[in-house]
Amino acid sequence: MIPAPFDYERAGSVDEAIELLGSREEAKLLAGGHSLLPLMKLRFSRPSLLVDIGRVDELSGVSDAGDRLAIGAGTRHHDLNNDPLVQEHCPIVSWTAGLIGDPQVRHRGTIGGSIAHGDPASDLPAVLVALDAELVIRGPDGERTMPAVDFCSGVFDVALGPQDVLTEVRVPKLGPDVGWSYLKLARRAQDWAMVAVAALVTRSNGMIGEARIALTNMGPVPMRAPAAEQRLAGAPRDAGSDTEYALSEAAAVADQGTDPPGDVTASPEFRRELARVVTKRALEEALSR
Amino acid sequence: MTVTEEATQTLVGTSAPRKEDARLLTGQGSFVDDITIPGMVWMAVVRSPYAHARIRGVDLTKARAAEGVVAAFSGSELADDWMAPLPMAWPVTEDINNPSHYALAADKARYAGDGVAVVVAASRGLAQDAAELVEVDYEPLPAVTDVEAALADGAPIVHDEFGTNRCYTWPLAGGEDVDALFAEAEVTVEERYRQQRLIPNPMEPRGVIASTVPATGEVTLYTSSQIPHIARVTLALGTGVPESKLRVIAPDVGGGFGSKLQVYPEEALAIVLARRTGLPVKWIEERTENALATHHGRDMIQEIALAATAEGKITAVRVRLTVSMGAYLMIITPGTPLLGAWVYGGAYDIKGYSFECSGVFTNQTPTDAYRGAGRPEATYAIERAVDALARKLDKDPVELRRLNLISEFPHDLASGLTVDSGDYHATLDRALEMLDYDGFRREQAERRERGDTKQLGVGFSTYLEMCGLAPSRILGALRYVAGGWEAATIRFLPTGTVQVLTGTTPHGQSHDTTFAQVVADRLGVGYDEIEVLHGDTSVVPLGMDTYGSRSLAIGIAALCSATDKIVAKAQRIAAHGLEVAEADLQYEAGTFRVRGTDRTMTVKEAAFAAWHAHDLPDGLEPALEETAVYDPSVFSWPGGTHIAVVEVDAETGVANLVRYVAVDDVGTVINPQIVDGQVHGGITQGVAQALYEEAVYDENGTLVTGSLVDYLVPSAAELPSYELDRTVTQSPNHPLGAKGVGETGTIAATPAVVNAVLDALAPYGVTDIDMPASPERVWRAIQEARS
Repeated sequence: MIPAPFDYERAGSVDEAIELLGSREEAKLLAGGHSLLPLMKLRFSRPSLLVDIGRVDELSGVSDAGDRLAIGAGTRHHDLNNDPLVQEHCPIVSWTAGLIGDPQVRHRGTIGGSIAHGDPASDLPAVLVALDAELVIRGPDGERTMPAVDFCSGVFDVALGPQDVLTEVRVPKLGPDVGWSYLKLARRAQDWAMVAVAALVTRSNGMIGEARIALTNMGPVPMRAPAAEQRLAGAPRDAGSDTEYALSEAAAVADQGTDPPGDVTASPEFRRELARVVTKRALEEALSR
Repeated sequence: MTVTEEATQTLVGTSAPRKEDARLLTGQGSFVDDITIPGMVWMAVVRSPYAHARIRGVDLTKARAAEGVVAAFSGSELADDWMAPLPMAWPVTEDINNPSHYALAADKARYAGDGVAVVVAASRGLAQDAAELVEVDYEPLPAVTDVEAALADGAPIVHDEFGTNRCYTWPLAGGEDVDALFAEAEVTVEERYRQQRLIPNPMEPRGVIASTVPATGEVTLYTSSQIPHIARVTLALGTGVPESKLRVIAPDVGGGFGSKLQVYPEEALAIVLARRTGLPVKWIEERTENALATHHGRDMIQEIALAATAEGKITAVRVRLTVSMGAYLMIITPGTPLLGAWVYGGAYDIKGYSFECSGVFTNQTPTDAYRGAGRPEATYAIERAVDALARKLDKDPVELRRLNLISEFPHDLASGLTVDSGDYHATLDRALEMLDYDGFRREQAERRERGDTKQLGVGFSTYLEMCGLAPSRILGALRYVAGGWEAATIRFLPTGTVQVLTGTTPHGQSHDTTFAQVVADRLGVGYDEIEVLHGDTSVVPLGMDTYGSRSLAIGIAALCSATDKIVAKAQRIAAHGLEVAEADLQYEAGTFRVRGTDRTMTVKEAAFAAWHAHDLPDGLEPALEETAVYDPSVFSWPGGTHIAVVEVDAETGVANLVRYVAVDDVGTVINPQIVDGQVHGGITQGVAQALYEEAVYDENGTLVTGSLVDYLVPSAAELPSYELDRTVTQSPNHPLGAKGVGETGTIAATPAVVNAVLDALAPYGVTDIDMPASPERVWRAIQEARS
């Protein structure tokens, strides 16, 4: 309940946060705090300094950037869930934000924090991987961008240097041809996913043009399901046995190449089964939207 | 005229607004953690990370040198502070293996979480910082965390001095010869069930403050406890503080579910450390600490066999339990499974009964009472076994129940106790009507026919409960060291307001409200003029505290006796004041009336006369204050029918509870809303065992479900709105006809839900599943049945 002793500074800007991060070994950013603070209270995480970016205005909010939306990394899940721009142009993100934790968590937690924490059971990272989102990172040497799929490198391990701040998430606007789904299977409403599946299906002349599938909690990082995606490209999309057959075949290989964890809620073997079942259902839902 | 009208207004039976709510809902409650005493210091306990390890040494040098540290001790350094081990009050057999259990382990740590050292410092954070600096030299030993493995040859021995992990074996038999009934049975079923280990998880973890007056040796202990009286006597014996100098206060207590029916190491430590330091010592349990250091519930293997006729009439029940005690015997660890010993025959009319229970030590947190304590286990076993018999006979589970339900009262159970009242068919009829059983079976059949991925199942639990612990003579015969009586005092103050003092101790049950409702009705005092006091051994009469649905069944019975005494004394005063014979007075709801006249005196007026005592009948003591002590002659017997409907997703294994119908008979209801609340919470805890909760240990004996992230307490989001109703058969042995409702939901719900899951899985050929029926277990059960 009581964290080990630490210092605390509130940053007024991203640049100040970068500077503060460089002032101490083991300094950590604090945004919503809903991943970091529980670990600190259990004394599993013992940062020497917390740099609070919770009130950095430039990190918050959603703006229209042409064919993309620019989402500030400090945007809270609740705001993402209710943002009209996101709801209109990238509803899979607003929908997913509404599935995270419980209302208290959603009012505090941020999209940037959720991604930067590197928890493979988090919901938004897989959605961003499915979307081929782009992340903007600022560090002492300036700003760089990176595809979401390259960001996570392992459990709780992401491509951020000690002084880097994730500042923005850029997601594509989904046109009317794109059906989507994020289906999450959790033991309780508030829990992390046992398994979840993000599916985006582009319709093209009565066919499936492109399918993009990403899996939550099926490995150390959010992963695409390339075998399933390939099976779907060019498949029929109208309700009918051919479509059904294609979806079943695709779902059957959804767990290929994954490395699911085992814990008290699900073994690796069961997670594979769930990935196949949930992928099928997510694809059906995406095609119906 | 007005008197008559007032007399007909009764609070009992109405949902009077809870007296507790305004205070608790606006944050004005006073839980242990809200209490601060000047000069107070904080305690932190250093706990073994190993399930089983020899303690080779404890180095406190760094901890003692740390900032703010007042004192630090190892278990062996405190060895001389104890006059007796921590209490174990139920040595169920003469030859029970009863290990000495002290607040800190000195030689061996016997479960992960066992306290090995303690630190006292100026703040909670500093105490925890210093606790990290305590260096314990452990020699890890092999651990055993499975109750059957613990009995196998070569198993690690938890207590070396016994040479075995067997703690006791306790038998019970009654009725006709069970072996003969099985031999002549046309049908038998033999089932084996596992009751998983559960963590009680009250909303408020435990907390303690011990404060001394060094000049006199007086000690005040604030503790988040269900049992301040039992804590006082046992802690006095354990610490050597004279009982008369030990005051125990249970302030607001945020739930217990049996887990605070306990005397814990931290209570004893706080007293000893306050005595050593002369400072008030506080400890507040962390949630993860609660998972390790507060006792657990259930954890047993149940073997149950039924003998029956070809028609399905059950003739005999045979039960064998193997129960994990955990590492030590705490206050009623050995007796807890035996609280179910009489009711493994359920609400069914059987001829022969035999029961045997073995307690076994394991390297785990000790088990003890958890909501229902023994009776949920019993109900689970018999209700599942009845369904197994129905399956074997290809009979409808409702019809099989109807054939076997006890239908005449009083009924002598084959196990030896007598059920005084009930109407089990009435609760079953009403519940089936609420469910629309035929409609349900139709929808179920349609889904089965079309091979729907989502299958429906219905599960029944036609239960009886034995509660109201307990007649003292029976407790004595069972070797429990205390009685089961209860005390109540009613004190009229000069202005006419009333103090009600009870020896029971609420921790969420609404005593302030329900006790006031009863007194208001019987003494004609306003509901708002009554204060109910409890939980302070220096304020309330000596009592036996709250557990086993006893506050209403016994505490309010004592309260009713006290109101009778008040009325009797007030009647003498009224007769004297009105200058008539006592026999000329008619009493109704607080007013004495001279028969056939409008001359009256109220109890309040009599109370004022008793206080100023200017003109009392000769020889009558002043003051209107009466105490009554009630010892029940029998147990209390609620019963009912619970029905669960689940929808099981055969692909994902997810079992969702979609409907829950509960019809309970708890006798007279004092406050319907509070009873509904008890039933809601009870059902939820029963559902939790069926579908969600399990304390899981790994092969090293580490608790891997040590936080609420992994230990799945369900929330409202996982549960449907319950459909509740009641039937009423009044208890002939309670002054209000009431029976007790604290545990019914938990007792009934678990088997109803699991029976429903198995009913849903029937098309796949699944006939058994372990709890909790998690998605993976359901999925595997289907896979195995198919292969």
